[in-house]
Amino acid sequence: MKQHEFEAQHEALWQRIDAALEKPSQGDNSKFLAEQYLHLCQQLAIAKERMYDGALLARLNKLALELYRELYRYRSETRLNFYAFYKRDFPLAIYRHRFYILLAFLVMVLPGLVAGAWTYLDEDSIYSVVDGSQVRQVERMYDPQADKLGRERESETDILMFGFYIKNNISVAFRCFAGGLLLGIGTLLVLFFNGMFMGSIAGHLTRLDYVDTFYPFVAGHGSFELTAIVFSGAAGLRLGYAILNPGQSSRLDSLRQAGRDVVPMLYGIVLMLVIAAFLEAFWSSNGTLPIAVKYAVAAVLWGLVLLYSFSGRRHGSR
Amino acid sequence: MLDTRYRVEIPGGIHLEAQVVGPIPRAFAYAIDLIIRGIIIVALWFASIPLGLSGMGGGVFLIFLFVIEWLYPVLFEVFARGQTPGKKMFGISVINDDLSPVTLGTSLVRNLLRTVDFLPLFYLVGLVAMLSNRRFQRLGDMAAGTLVISVREAARPAAMEEVQPLAPSTPLSRADQTSIINFLQRSPQLSRPRQQELAAILEGVTHEKGDNGIEYLHRIGAWFLGVR
Repeated sequence: MKQHEFEAQHEALWQRIDAALEKPSQGDNSKFLAEQYLHLCQQLAIAKERMYDGALLARLNKLALELYRELYRYRSETRLNFYAFYKRDFPLAIYRHRFYILLAFLVMVLPGLVAGAWTYLDEDSIYSVVDGSQVRQVERMYDPQADKLGRERESETDILMFGFYIKNNISVAFRCFAGGLLLGIGTLLVLFFNGMFMGSIAGHLTRLDYVDTFYPFVAGHGSFELTAIVFSGAAGLRLGYAILNPGQSSRLDSLRQAGRDVVPMLYGIVLMLVIAAFLEAFWSSNGTLPIAVKYAVAAVLWGLVLLYSFSGRRHGSR
Repeated sequence: MLDTRYRVEIPGGIHLEAQVVGPIPRAFAYAIDLIIRGIIIVALWFASIPLGLSGMGGGVFLIFLFVIEWLYPVLFEVFARGQTPGKKMFGISVINDDLSPVTLGTSLVRNLLRTVDFLPLFYLVGLVAMLSNRRFQRLGDMAAGTLVISVREAARPAAMEEVQPLAPSTPLSRADQTSIINFLQRSPQLSRPRQQELAAILEGVTHEKGDNGIEYLHRIGAWFLGVR
């Protein structure tokens, strides 16, 4: 069949498909498009086989590509199923990242403990880790005289701090994850310095005997926040390791696979940090409640987070 | 050779082709998005003043700042056919490397890893990565398995002048027929001397010289196309 004949035969259909793609969700359009998908594929294949000219092939190719994109717009993975995520996907992702989580945990906690012991024992050592103005700021925040804990100024309200924690903490977690692309080094550095920073602040405040203000404040939201930071580190290390040791696949394929695997971790991290920010802004900052209540709630929160984190084992077969 | 075509076999049983897009249009699209983001942030800042910057307004502003900083491209790529406003302006779109629409997961990975592509400044890492592979993928694209392709309308062939079709005296293979059709259709973009040059190559077959050769090729080209 000559090209012009072929074009004349199908022109009306192509124009209808084109028009339906403009408004795919209107009326019967989606049904029509689904029905025409294989016809269009066949026409493109015929046009290629008969070596019709480039302009026609390009036109059919573009039409087929757009139709294909439209058909695959609604796949299961694009529809977020919160229940399946909460019950299965996230715990399973945690389980599969367990060695990376352990490594991230150690890289953050060990330097933190060392720095904490050091600043506890030596008065001036805090200044070699944390900048002087920041030390004074933290001291003011946890001063037992203050009536709002964890705030530098009295004017800072809960909702402002909620926004601040969202922006700040999730950004840190995202950067920690992204650093994994630098062979994992970026992630290790973020974890190491955050561990050092938190450890030395804790040691220093303990030395000043701000124990009853600092620990009840951080204990509660720390459950979600610290765990999420460790998770983001684990996701980053997963990327780095995929590049360093691709195993049987190419480095590119290995990295791409890692990029798919970490997605549930990313969703989980964001969710956990939103909860942490909420707790930190509205619960931790409340200085009027008895310390025992704060510790009890913190214990419950830590228990929940840990139980949940280990719940993926029953889904994991490897 | 620099070939920006990217081919993938889809479940329809055929190969689809897409044109991957290099750093220049992507940089322009990014610049447009940067300006739009800046405008949104300034507008939000003024909108949140009445709510109190040290209270409700400030908190809401910081949350939006976070969303615009990290999730602006994600939201547009997922909900607006792989296109941020800047990408739309330049006719480019983000797509999974199997040419299916970008999903929330892949978009999130490619955009969070932007931080690394930006290093040490002005996307130097991303630029080097893009120029070192045939698909123009920056590091974030590699990890997410995404591509940036052109979605511009393909150029239609220029309208042909009236040509009387003529059956060739000898049968020709499909490939030869396609070459002659392409010669006919590209002629409006070629200078007269260049057309003569090309037609002269076939002088041994057509036995026509100069403009007559061109006309002869056009006529059998029209015949192959099925012009009546």
